[in-house]
Amino acid sequence: MAPTSPLRLRDSVEDAPGIDATAEEAVDWFRKMALIRRFEERAEEAYGRGKIGGFLHLYIGEEAIAVGAMAALQPEDDVITHYRDHGYVLARGVDPKRAMAELFGKATGLSKGKGGSMHLADVKRHLWGGYAIVGGHIPVAAGLALANQYRNLPQVVACFFGEGATNAGSFYSGLNLAAVWKLPLVSIVENNRYGMGTAVERASAVCDVYRKASAFDIPAARVDGNDVLAVRNAVRRMADRSRDGGGPQLIEATTYRFRGHSMGDPQRYRTKEEVEEAKTRDPIARWRHAVLENDLATEDELRKIVDEVDAEVEEAVRFAENSPAPDPGELCNDVLVAE
Amino acid sequence: MAQKTYRDAVREALREEMLRDENVLILGEEVGVWGGTYAVTRGFHGEFGDKRIRDTPIAEEAIVGAAVGAAMGGLRPVAELMTINFSLVAIDQIVNNAAKIHAMFGSQARVPLVIRTPAGWGQLAATHSQSLESWFAHVPGLLVVMPSTPYDAKGLLKTAIRSDNPVMFIEHSRLYGVKGEVPDAEYTLPIGVSDVKRTGRDVTIVSWSRMLHVALGAAETLAKAGIECEVIDLRTLRPLDLAPVYDSVEKTHRALIVEEDWTTCGMGAEIAARIGRDRFDSLDGPVERMGQVEVPMPYAKNLEELMFPDEVSVAEKVMKMVA
Repeated sequence: MAPTSPLRLRDSVEDAPGIDATAEEAVDWFRKMALIRRFEERAEEAYGRGKIGGFLHLYIGEEAIAVGAMAALQPEDDVITHYRDHGYVLARGVDPKRAMAELFGKATGLSKGKGGSMHLADVKRHLWGGYAIVGGHIPVAAGLALANQYRNLPQVVACFFGEGATNAGSFYSGLNLAAVWKLPLVSIVENNRYGMGTAVERASAVCDVYRKASAFDIPAARVDGNDVLAVRNAVRRMADRSRDGGGPQLIEATTYRFRGHSMGDPQRYRTKEEVEEAKTRDPIARWRHAVLENDLATEDELRKIVDEVDAEVEEAVRFAENSPAPDPGELCNDVLVAE
Repeated sequence: MAQKTYRDAVREALREEMLRDENVLILGEEVGVWGGTYAVTRGFHGEFGDKRIRDTPIAEEAIVGAAVGAAMGGLRPVAELMTINFSLVAIDQIVNNAAKIHAMFGSQARVPLVIRTPAGWGQLAATHSQSLESWFAHVPGLLVVMPSTPYDAKGLLKTAIRSDNPVMFIEHSRLYGVKGEVPDAEYTLPIGVSDVKRTGRDVTIVSWSRMLHVALGAAETLAKAGIECEVIDLRTLRPLDLAPVYDSVEKTHRALIVEEDWTTCGMGAEIAARIGRDRFDSLDGPVERMGQVEVPMPYAKNLEELMFPDEVSVAEKVMKMVA
């Protein structure tokens, strides 16, 4: 594939005559996207009640990327992400209770309440964490891939970041190093059109973000990031190639953030009409439609899943509310590994 | 014991640890084919090959970032930054990633990383002549080591490589040729332990890295005048071990800190504050500090020579303190 050719979307929801997914997969992806959506709606509500502090970056509207990518990756593949990170951990099957507890700053959280919303990690599941300095984790992703290559391990590294990160030096230096060393690294750029409130056209000299991969002469693809099947297929193809010694790959997944950058974003940079128009491409509604059209589940089954997800998230909120805050004695622990 | 240079001591530590643990690798600018810009890794590329001795692009953010990720992934990378000045290009990786990852993720990940980098100068002008150790000693989550002798350099570097924590290991370009006793037998030294390099009763001099040698030279001169300095080498700047300094001040009642960095917000300020807080009643006078003139380093040789304390100015300062 020429480095600058976007992947053809033969198997996207709209284009494919059938769907290249089993009923079990189709339902699982629907459940996970619904779980992420509900989890964040309840997190937003808890933020309003002052139960969650600091920044809270919602992924609502972008769920198909995390779910599609995790469906393509092996459970041992390493994942490292930016700070809009709730979707990745839930898509990989982390208990929502422990994720919500981390948002609440509780001792039972994934990082014992020391990381918060922006720094969700579950290393046992090869989730190496959310990083909140834009682009700063891209060289780290290359390093994780170097460790896999060095140790002859079969896993690839999937590194997620927004299109805004592609304007930072770490994107360039990190991917250049990965390309020179042919590291097993799949970069997934979520192009949601805005870096905070600055539109991609106002921040990036090249708006077709996948074309930036030509700077490293690595394969690149662009997919509809609101199409969970297209994302799954693209990530699977790129991850397989990277795993087989094809070096780093880059996927641009186009999407749209339905909510503000974080809580309290007045959204002066876009119109209500633009947001409403984008919501007509809601990834969950689209997948729901595709699942029903292709008889992969019934309306009743999907409604039951939504009810189950609601209950699961309610339980997560209750767990987070009722969990203890970190013991004050924990303050100075874990700064260094005890030696 | 054999006399070896500081360069050879560092080289031996690296080589021994690479032979001991196959997960140790070296990455950095010109560490391989070139043999290291200060020749520390000369011959390593031939001995260990491309996989373990990795030449990198001139991109410090990528070098340190990749080393952080490799360390998280189970390796023990030793990243070389050609000089400490270039660490500023990688400061996000050092401060926001290497130092934070263990704590921020609730101890789920660890970063067993060593960043080797020399301070130093030599008509290199403003951007290539800095010391900057206080920048890193400021940061919880890092260990900062700055040895002055070949013996200390070897023993501390071996410990740093075996450590599960990120270590800034700061060498000095003007110490690489300095010789000292280094045993042939295996040894390591603990990080976070200061060392009394010379005993004396009149004035305590606290120093580290190249300035330690200046302090020892001044102490030698002063001894001829009957003034006995106790010279303490911190060796590690984070965590700070001031116990030997406190013991010394109880005896001498006077303390002078000699550093190569600028003194404003420098290590000496921290050390002076701690001595003042913890041994106020032992002091006969204020804790004194000497360091670099507070200007960007000029190129001209005669101006550069005016920048640092030397044996003469340190001896004069001590004479004033005991007068």
